[in-house]
Amino acid sequence: MSALMTPATKHDQPDKRPILLDVKNLEVCFHTPEGTVYAVNNISYQVREGEVLAVVGESGCGKSVSMMALLGLIPKPPGDIAGGQAFFMDRDLLPMSEEELASIRGGEIAMVFQDPMTSLNPVLSVRRQMTESLLRHYDMTGEQAEKRAIELMELVGIPDPERRLGDYPHQFSGGMRQRVMIAMMLACNPSLLIADEPTTALDVTIQAQIIELMVRMREHLGLALIWITHDLGVVAGLAERVIVMYAGMIVEEADVDNLFENPQHPYTLALLGALPRVDRRRDSRLKSIPGAPPNLLIAPRGCPFAPRCEYTFDRCREERPPLFSISAGQHSACWIDLATGKPRER
Amino acid sequence: MSAVDSISPPVTLSPSADELAPPLTFRQMAWRRFRRHRMAMFGSITLILLFIYAFGGGMIYTAERANFTDTSQRLSPPSPEHPFGTDTVGRDVLARTIQGGRVSLMIGLTAAILEIIIGVLIGAAAGFFGGVTDSLLMRFTEAMLIIPALFLLIVMARLVGGNVYFIILILGLTSWMYVARIVRAEFLSLKENEFVLAARSIGTPTREIIFRHILPNSMAPIVVAATLAVATAILAEAYISFLGMGVQPPTATWGNMLDGSYNYIESAPWLWIFPGLLILLTVLSINFVGDGLRDALDPRSRNI
Repeated sequence: MSALMTPATKHDQPDKRPILLDVKNLEVCFHTPEGTVYAVNNISYQVREGEVLAVVGESGCGKSVSMMALLGLIPKPPGDIAGGQAFFMDRDLLPMSEEELASIRGGEIAMVFQDPMTSLNPVLSVRRQMTESLLRHYDMTGEQAEKRAIELMELVGIPDPERRLGDYPHQFSGGMRQRVMIAMMLACNPSLLIADEPTTALDVTIQAQIIELMVRMREHLGLALIWITHDLGVVAGLAERVIVMYAGMIVEEADVDNLFENPQHPYTLALLGALPRVDRRRDSRLKSIPGAPPNLLIAPRGCPFAPRCEYTFDRCREERPPLFSISAGQHSACWIDLATGKPRER
Repeated sequence: MSAVDSISPPVTLSPSADELAPPLTFRQMAWRRFRRHRMAMFGSITLILLFIYAFGGGMIYTAERANFTDTSQRLSPPSPEHPFGTDTVGRDVLARTIQGGRVSLMIGLTAAILEIIIGVLIGAAAGFFGGVTDSLLMRFTEAMLIIPALFLLIVMARLVGGNVYFIILILGLTSWMYVARIVRAEFLSLKENEFVLAARSIGTPTREIIFRHILPNSMAPIVVAATLAVATAILAEAYISFLGMGVQPPTATWGNMLDGSYNYIESAPWLWIFPGLLILLTVLSINFVGDGLRDALDPRSRNI
C-alpha cells in the first residue's frame, strides 16, 4: 500500500521529499438535531514538504471541513472527529489540546480563508493584526514585530507598507486585503499553508495576481501548500497533485497532468467536462453534472456519485467502491475501469 | 524585493492627492454624525457644565460648607447670601447641590461601569461559548430581570445600609441584565465571522478572541448602553435615597435632598426644585447623548 501511495513528480521520478502531513482515515461528522451529518468519510492523504496539493470538489463535499478538522477549527459540539489520525511532523494533531493546537496554528500551519472582506477584523488596524501572531509565537518586541510586518507586506506586494500599516481593513481593496491575510499567515514561517478558496471572492485579474503571489511565496519560502478550490483551471496552473472529493470521500487522487489527461473517475471526468477551455470549439456547450451532491445526513450505501453517474451499474448502488490504485500515484474510487470500460474487482 | 515587481502592484494615489481628501475613519464619521445631532450636542454641553458645576464648584463650596448648620437660618428662601436658600437645619442648598452632585454623578458613573463590566462578562461568556453555559447564564439573567428592580434595590439597600460604596455595588449588581443581553446578541452573530476563524487559525487564545477581537466590534451598542446606564443609576440612587434607604445624611446626594424636602413641597419649594431640576437636566442630557451616540455609531447609517 505504502509503495503505491508514493506519488510521482511531474518527471515520473519517485518523490523523495519527506512527508510533512500524513492524514489517515480521517472521519468528521456533525451531530445535528436532524441526525448525524457524515461530512468527511475515511479520507487518507499525504503532503510532502514543499508540495502543492489541490483539493477540488463541489461545495459541501467536505473540502474545508477536512482541513479545519486538522487544526481543531470545527466547532465541537456539534462537530466530532469520529476517527483517524493526522500526523504533522510525526505528531498526531487530532488528540492535541487547544493550547498545543494554538501553538501550531499560525506557527507551523497557517490557513488563508475564502473571503478577505470578512476575514480581517474591521475594528483593528492592520498593524495590530499583523503583529499579533508574531508577538505570540516569537519572543519579539513590538518594534521588531512591526519591522517584520512591514517586510512581509512588502513581500506580498503591498505598496508603501510603512504608511499602510496603521490603516484599517476597510481602507484596503479586496485583493490588497487578501495580500494582508497572506502576509499575516506567512508571518511565522509556516511549513504548511492551507488556502481555503483564497481567490473565490476576488475578481479574475486579482485572482491571477494572488495565485501568482502564492506560487512565488511557496518557491521563496519553500512551504507546502494545500489549495482548496472548485476551480480546476486554477488547479492546472498551480498544483502538483490533486485530490478530488465527493460527499466527504476522496474519489480520485492523481498527479495534475494525469488528472487532466487521464482522469479515472466519472466525477473527475464530469468536472472536466464542465470546465471552459480555450482549446475547445466555441459552439460546443459546457456539460453540467445533472442533480446535486447527496444529502450527507444519510450515509449512502453504494457509491455516493452513483445517482448522477452515467456509468452506473448494479454494483455501484450496492457497494461502496474502495480507492483502487491505477498507477503510481493515481487512485480512483470507481467500480469501472474507464480506460477499458470493464468493471473492476476488489 | 525584485520578485515583487513582477506582479505589478496596483496604481496607488500619489501622496499629495491622498492628503487632499483623506478617507474618513469610522470614528471621524461617527463624530460628524454626532455633531449634527442637535439634542446630543445640547446634552453634551449641558453635561460638561454640570460636571464643572459639581466638581469645579466643589472647590469653592466644600463639604464642610455644605454640612455647616446654622439653625438661625432655617428654611430661608433664596437670597444673595444663600442663592438656593437653606434647608430645615439651615444648611446652604447651593453648597449641598454641588456636593450632592459630586456624589450622585460619581455613583452614576461607577455604578454604570460596574454594570457594564458584569454585563459584558456574562453576555460575552453566554454568547461566545453557547450551549449549556449560555442557557445557564441566560436563565440566571432572566431570573434577575423578573424581580422588580426597585423592590430588589430597597431590600438590598436595607440589608447593607447607606454606605455610598454599597449603594454603587447594589446598583451595579441589579442592573447588568440588559447589557448582558445586548452583548450576548452581539457575540452570537460576531463569533460566526470569518475573522474569528482567521484569528483562531493563527493561534489566538480564546480569551483574546473574546476581548481583543469580538468585543471591540460590539463597542457601539455597549457605549450606548453605558451612557444610558449612567442616567438609570442616577435615577435609581435618587429613588432609594428619596425613600430614605440610600446614601444617608449628612452626605448629600440629589436623591436624599429630595427626601428631606417632601414635607415642604409647598412651603419651601427651593428645597426640591434645585436638586430635582439637576436630576432632570442630568438624566435628560445623558439620554440625549445616548440617543446621539446610537445614531452616530450605527454602522448602517449612511449620512455623514
